[in-house]
Amino acid sequence: MSRLARTIATRLRGAGGARARWGALTAAALLLAACEGVALAQPQDGVLTPASQPAKPTVQLGHELFEANCASCHGGLAQGISHPRPGAGDISGAAPSLHGVGAEAADFYLRTGFMPLSNIHAEPSNRRVLFTNKQIEAITHFVASLGAGPAIPHPKPRTGALNSGFELFTEDCAGCHQSLARGGFVTGARVPPLQGVDATEIAEAVRIGPYLMPRFSTRRISDAQLNSIIRYVLSTNRPDNRGGWSIGNLGPIPEGLVAWLAAIMLGVLCLGLGRRLRA
Amino acid sequence: MKLRQGLLAGVTLLYGRRRRRLERERRAEQGRADAEQGRADAEQGRADAEQARAGAEQAGAGQVGAGQAQEAASAAGDGGGGGARTPARIVPPGLPDRRAEYLVVALLALAMLFAVGFIVVYAEYSPAEMPNQLLGVCMGGALGFAALALAVFGRRLVVTEEIEEDYPQENPREQSEIAQLLHESASRITRRRLLLGAGAATGGVLGLAGLTPVLSLGPLWDTAPLDYSPWHRGRRLVDPHGYPLLASEVEEETFYTAFAEGADREDIASVLVVVRLHPSELRLPEGREGWAPYGILAYSKICTHAGCAVALYRKPRFPVVEAKPALVCPCHYSTFNPATGASVIFGPAGRPLPQLPLMIDPSGHLRAAGDFSGRVGPAWWGVREGPPT
Repeated sequence: MSRLARTIATRLRGAGGARARWGALTAAALLLAACEGVALAQPQDGVLTPASQPAKPTVQLGHELFEANCASCHGGLAQGISHPRPGAGDISGAAPSLHGVGAEAADFYLRTGFMPLSNIHAEPSNRRVLFTNKQIEAITHFVASLGAGPAIPHPKPRTGALNSGFELFTEDCAGCHQSLARGGFVTGARVPPLQGVDATEIAEAVRIGPYLMPRFSTRRISDAQLNSIIRYVLSTNRPDNRGGWSIGNLGPIPEGLVAWLAAIMLGVLCLGLGRRLRA
Repeated sequence: MKLRQGLLAGVTLLYGRRRRRLERERRAEQGRADAEQGRADAEQGRADAEQARAGAEQAGAGQVGAGQAQEAASAAGDGGGGGARTPARIVPPGLPDRRAEYLVVALLALAMLFAVGFIVVYAEYSPAEMPNQLLGVCMGGALGFAALALAVFGRRLVVTEEIEEDYPQENPREQSEIAQLLHESASRITRRRLLLGAGAATGGVLGLAGLTPVLSLGPLWDTAPLDYSPWHRGRRLVDPHGYPLLASEVEEETFYTAFAEGADREDIASVLVVVRLHPSELRLPEGREGWAPYGILAYSKICTHAGCAVALYRKPRFPVVEAKPALVCPCHYSTFNPATGASVIFGPAGRPLPQLPLMIDPSGHLRAAGDFSGRVGPAWWGVREGPPT
């Protein structure tokens, strides 16, 4: 294999004339395509859906989707698997039980794209939503039917107060999520920014405490307080940048970087201006 | 070194080449012009000298007359060189540079434009919706272009030259005179060593006095205030709004901030972070068996690294694959494990968070059962202390 690579490298460098170079380029392109083919042959990062789906999101549809996509980690009856064991699709599966988690949790994890998770040791990411809305509804109905649990919340951010929302957010949330909800880090996880997140998702996350986030029940943060917090978080989509250039609203470090760069450029300018004339 | 050279090279590229070429051309021209002028003057001088000699010869040959004529000729020759010229210039003349002049005017016009823009923007908007960014751009533009205009003016339009003056000649006689002057001025002093000793002692003590404020940089001797803690057995915990904390209200998987009831909140030892773990998870150090009733733990919220508030808490949704509960500080990510007495599991902190023993009073409220397990706040004496006492 390395001989082939060396030959291609030599040809690409130009030894052997133009024809050899084109030949080498073609060989390199084919090699890349082969690599991609090998990559695609890994277990796919997608969902399985039944061939024919009913018009309405029924519990039956939800059950089928669950069995096809969730059961290898959550168990066929959603009872949870506490020791990782190999499941369908080459997945080593372990996950908590879903009995009693209610529609709230299913709706949150599916709408944000945190679930399904292809690797149980990976941090859930909200970059891709793999199910359609109807499919999400169906699975949510199914999970809700597994045992009495919290329903999907309906927060009312308009009834909240922005100033107390800011105070509460600063006390309880800003440590991880940053004072303008731009996200950050905690040891072991990346904390996502909250721009573009809707009120229902925020309320669900606060009540569930997904992944490494703490869980805030109604005794810890009342519904009225939650409305204020959500109102504040929604306001961070359009912060009032009175100072001028916000630099991503990240705080003093990028601001300092910009100041340094501007100062360095001014210094270079001064160098140029003060340079002595040389004949 | 390379970077500096690179920067200078870049700046040279922008400013230097054309300038130097013009300078060289100008000096060459100047030299040629001077040479021409010199030649013309010399010719003129020679012509005058010839005339003078011719005149002298015509006047008749007398020794005195010839000598005078000779002098007159040489004088005419010299005078021809000097007298035909205007008084000598001090500053070398520079080539006129019309493009630079237009450039300066253009830059000044731009500066004016931005300044006018500033006035217009300020007049247009009410204070509440003033676009600060736009104002800043206008002001910066006005000043910046004015500065650029001055820079171009200084570089391209003002003639500069280098003048070097020699050091004055050394004069040994003057030097020895000065030395003698100094020596004789001190001839009245009788107790020289005494005066010098007193001067040295004063200098030393003055120096010490100047250094004394360094002691105010930190508590070198008076460290008692750092040990102060408002907690004692029976003191109640209150939440940030002042309400006492009920043990039954403290839930797992979340965190609470608490203060000492009635104490000054600004006190570094007054603030706590309270979490609850399942009692089976606890692995507290020796001697702290009863410190966490029902698994409720209280630690100082002030990070032992640099004093930030430990405001982050992570807890696993699914402990099988997720990281265990931890208190994390947002400043430098010192991570403390509450199950093992807030021992440091990551980060720069040098010692665990001090733990406050808790008890539950008959009405169900949380109270302190004693003082902290160690000193609160960043370590100020020794980077790492031993195991907590």
